[in-house]
Amino acid sequence: MKTPFFAATMAIARKDLRAEIRSRELISTMLMFALLSILIFSFALELDRVARAEAVSGVLWVTVVFASILGLNRSLVMEREGGTMDAMLLAPISRDAIFFGKLVGSLAFTLVVGLLLLPLMTILYNLPLVTLNLLLVLLLGTLGFATIGTLLAAMTAQTRARESLLPIVMLPVALPVILSSVRATNAILMTTPGNDWFAWAQILIVVDVVYLVLCFLLFQYVVED
Amino acid sequence: MAMNSELSPPTQNSALIVIHALVKAYGFIPVLRKLDLSIERGEFVALLGANGSGKSTLLRLLSGLSQPTAGTITVGGWEMPREADAVRAQIGLVSHKPLLYENLTARENLAFFARLYNLSRADADARTKQLLERVGLIKRRDDAVRTFSRGMQQRLSIARALLHDPAILLLDEPYTGLDVDAAAMLDQILTENQREGRTIIMAVHDIERAASLASRVVMIARGVVGYDAPSSALDVAGLAEKYSQVGVGQSTGVITAS
Repeated sequence: MKTPFFAATMAIARKDLRAEIRSRELISTMLMFALLSILIFSFALELDRVARAEAVSGVLWVTVVFASILGLNRSLVMEREGGTMDAMLLAPISRDAIFFGKLVGSLAFTLVVGLLLLPLMTILYNLPLVTLNLLLVLLLGTLGFATIGTLLAAMTAQTRARESLLPIVMLPVALPVILSSVRATNAILMTTPGNDWFAWAQILIVVDVVYLVLCFLLFQYVVED
Repeated sequence: MAMNSELSPPTQNSALIVIHALVKAYGFIPVLRKLDLSIERGEFVALLGANGSGKSTLLRLLSGLSQPTAGTITVGGWEMPREADAVRAQIGLVSHKPLLYENLTARENLAFFARLYNLSRADADARTKQLLERVGLIKRRDDAVRTFSRGMQQRLSIARALLHDPAILLLDEPYTGLDVDAAAMLDQILTENQREGRTIIMAVHDIERAASLASRVVMIARGVVGYDAPSSALDVAGLAEKYSQVGVGQSTGVITAS
């Protein structure tokens, strides 16, 4: 008899969070990368207020995306190298539970990085980044990116060039999420008329739903030999 | 340790595991070539063979981790991997890798796998305590696995594989990296498990160990069964001679003990 889906999903997510709280391997790497990125961008881009508002959405999402890739790669590669992915596949659980369990963990780590970036970038770039609208866009963008990232990281973790392959495969596939997130963030920061951030947020919701369904359907074929 | 006996075959076939014309190829490279084998309930089968002969591939196929290219595998009457969901809870796997989370403690690892196997909290706690005592790790239960030696990790891996009380135990070169004491403990655990009626299939390189522990020895050469007989049919020297014949000889047919 199969273990209930929700129980298995939560067990996997809790395991990832507990292991990370203990080791801080992923989150420390992601945070260090994110901090260095925004610092370098802030020194490199000495812009006026309008230009800064235009550029900062790109800086935010480039940083979140690459920090997220670092975390996703490491998380799935560790499962493969340690053989623990096989141990999970041996258990009487749905493959979808493994996918959603890993997704919850990846989403949590990326959100932590994003949530820390917003106040830091508010100070560095002197722009109001901590707003409810931006938090919603951050959540939607991160969800879409973590969803497609979990599937692709599970796929690339089985290859020899696993460390370098994920960004090459992922960035084109995740383009709709990145584009919508940047545009929505830009629309929130540029308070000029006609900038409808919510239209971009709606596109993000649709893209997230499409990715969730596709990844849900494909994950079992990716992880099974 | 009461063994889980929920593996109720839907057919009347007496053999627990039936493998017929099994083929597994990676790309154009065949590893198993129409392998036939059947294993009775409660047997302890030692799989011998050179590196790359297909022992590990066979164990992965039996556990449902890999899909056959052609041929059939039935476990308790259930066809693998199509009906693997019915079989997974009845299989425990010990690999040469420990399959454990290094940043979690011994107890947290077992608690996690207990949840995946849907054990109740009370059962999980009782089994965890019992198995940690059995593998001699009860005093280290709250230490992270990364602080364990290779032997300790392998002992914990055995506890993980037995946690859900499987009817079938698959072992893929479980003695790799074990010191003498840890190997002796594993010998003892396997002997006990066989006595309890668990079906055990172990891929191993050590002919002497295979002869002393297993009830049956199967040699795989070039992707087929090259020798299949009770372990009592030949002494260690005889098995070693047969191993050389089967491993490097030209014949791919089955050589019986007689």
